[in-house]
Amino acid sequence: MNPASVPRARHNQERLLVIDPKTDGFADHGIAELPDFLNQGDALVLNDAATLPASLRAGPELELRLMSQFDDGTWLALSLGRGDYRLPTEERGAPPVLVAGTELAFGHGLTARVRQVDPVSPRLLQIEFQQRDGKLWQALYRAGSPIQYAYMQAPLALWDVQNAYAARPWAVELPSAGRPLCFETLFRIAARGVLLARLTHAAGLSSTGDATLDARLPIAERYELSEQSALLLRGTLARGGRIVAVGTSVTRALEAASVSGTLRGGAQRTDLLLGPASVLRTCGGLLTGLHEPGTSHFALLEAYAPRSLLERAFRHAQRQGYLQHEFGDSCLILKGSLEPLEAERFEGTALEWRQTG
Amino acid sequence: MEISGTATLITGASRGLGEALALELGRQGARLVLVSRSLAALEPVRRRICAAGGEAYALEADIGSKDEIYPLAGAAAALVGPVDLLIHNASDLGPTPLRLLLDTECEDLERVLAVNLLGPFRFSRVIAGSMALRGRGTIVHVSSDASVNAYSHWGAYSVSKAALDHLSRLWAAELGERGVRSFSVDPGEMDTQMHAAAMPHADPKTLARPADVAARIAALIRSPATPNGGRMEVTANGSQP
Repeated sequence: MNPASVPRARHNQERLLVIDPKTDGFADHGIAELPDFLNQGDALVLNDAATLPASLRAGPELELRLMSQFDDGTWLALSLGRGDYRLPTEERGAPPVLVAGTELAFGHGLTARVRQVDPVSPRLLQIEFQQRDGKLWQALYRAGSPIQYAYMQAPLALWDVQNAYAARPWAVELPSAGRPLCFETLFRIAARGVLLARLTHAAGLSSTGDATLDARLPIAERYELSEQSALLLRGTLARGGRIVAVGTSVTRALEAASVSGTLRGGAQRTDLLLGPASVLRTCGGLLTGLHEPGTSHFALLEAYAPRSLLERAFRHAQRQGYLQHEFGDSCLILKGSLEPLEAERFEGTALEWRQTG
Repeated sequence: MEISGTATLITGASRGLGEALALELGRQGARLVLVSRSLAALEPVRRRICAAGGEAYALEADIGSKDEIYPLAGAAAALVGPVDLLIHNASDLGPTPLRLLLDTECEDLERVLAVNLLGPFRFSRVIAGSMALRGRGTIVHVSSDASVNAYSHWGAYSVSKAALDHLSRLWAAELGERGVRSFSVDPGEMDTQMHAAAMPHADPKTLARPADVAARIAALIRSPATPNGGRMEVTANGSQP
């Protein structure tokens, strides 16, 4: 499947492949039709993490990509060698060998010290920035740029990698499932009586360019679900509503928050991996991008729908020219979404007619 | 809106009304991000707030520059969390002495609009999405009586403030149902550097003290009675629509 190689503005241009595990079918739609597939009493859960400019350069031989922030404020970072995003990550040169205590300068007054080097994978570093508070964040935003990959045609601007409702900059890559959602669509969803809920999940790197390291992804990522959101979402479940996760990261966070059997609020870390054998306790549906069979993202989709259906749908999307990756098209996996619901659809249409006079 | 504990961002916080608002809201327990074009000018304000037991961070940015808005919003949310109270106070008068429209360079109008109108729009656009999703937030637009009165020589500034007032009403119209409040406030004539630049011959004794005006604006922020989309005038006896 071709990648979307330029950023797209939020103007409802994305296609929406709707997959229904109940009818074992799929259908082509557009992202603006998303509200039609959600019912009163459902909930849509968004990851409201903003995306950091997490790529930092310390000279031509060394790029650091921030991966995750530890509770003590230090960071786990991945080192990459010569070259930039135009070069596929796996073809990047070996980064210089760094040892604990090495000082790194990224320009704009941002400096860090290497605290530890991972004994198994020396490209993984724990670093500590030397600045604090306002000076740290100001310098980080000046020195950093968004992480991006070789399929993009041009450097990304910081605004290219933000969702419309983003707040705290916890993610190091765009939580891209929510990227096509404009407020016109979100408010229409809310007007249907669907709860718009949120959590914050520190979405991590999607690729390191190193197979052994990629096998260790995702590393434990922090998330926070407010007590209030947890309460509202428990209410959704109790009343028989469906919880639709926007993104694989939201699925992982919600399912991690439900391991006790009940969805609980709080701030946690999770490296929960989901796949075909997983039983989802909380999530009833997923809005995501198009994920290729064989990837860990695809494996997570198998928690929602059988592989055979997903593979058929993916082949169809490929033939139809759907685009993948963070600026690509969307996919909604939701049980019963393609059952005839003519009465309800008609009601929605009638309401719109009344509103527009 | 309760001010204590509220993540708050104030632009143009190094002097005048912005500084007074920072001190007042800091005293009332707001968690503050202070913004101005000069970090050096902000630092004394930040220190005063922190020395008094408040929480304040300083960020340097030009609100008129498109490239600086997302970094500013990101850094602010990293420091204090999702911003719940956004105060658009930074303002550009244009060249002084103030000029007749026929003598106003188009570029000067562009710059004034960039700082006084486009900047607040861009900044609100980045921050109000999260407010709408969370169902909580207040946006304050510092306006001027030049927004409703056509004073000779005040052209560029006056036009920008009229548009800012309307921008404020539009935010309220579109986001009011989602729990976001927006209003503009005309602080009246104050003893500030900006006022002196615009009207060098005014007698400071006839002008309001920024600290008094700031306390009244804080009251408007706290009060549930402040009309959403309203334009409030701060006077010596209180505030009124």
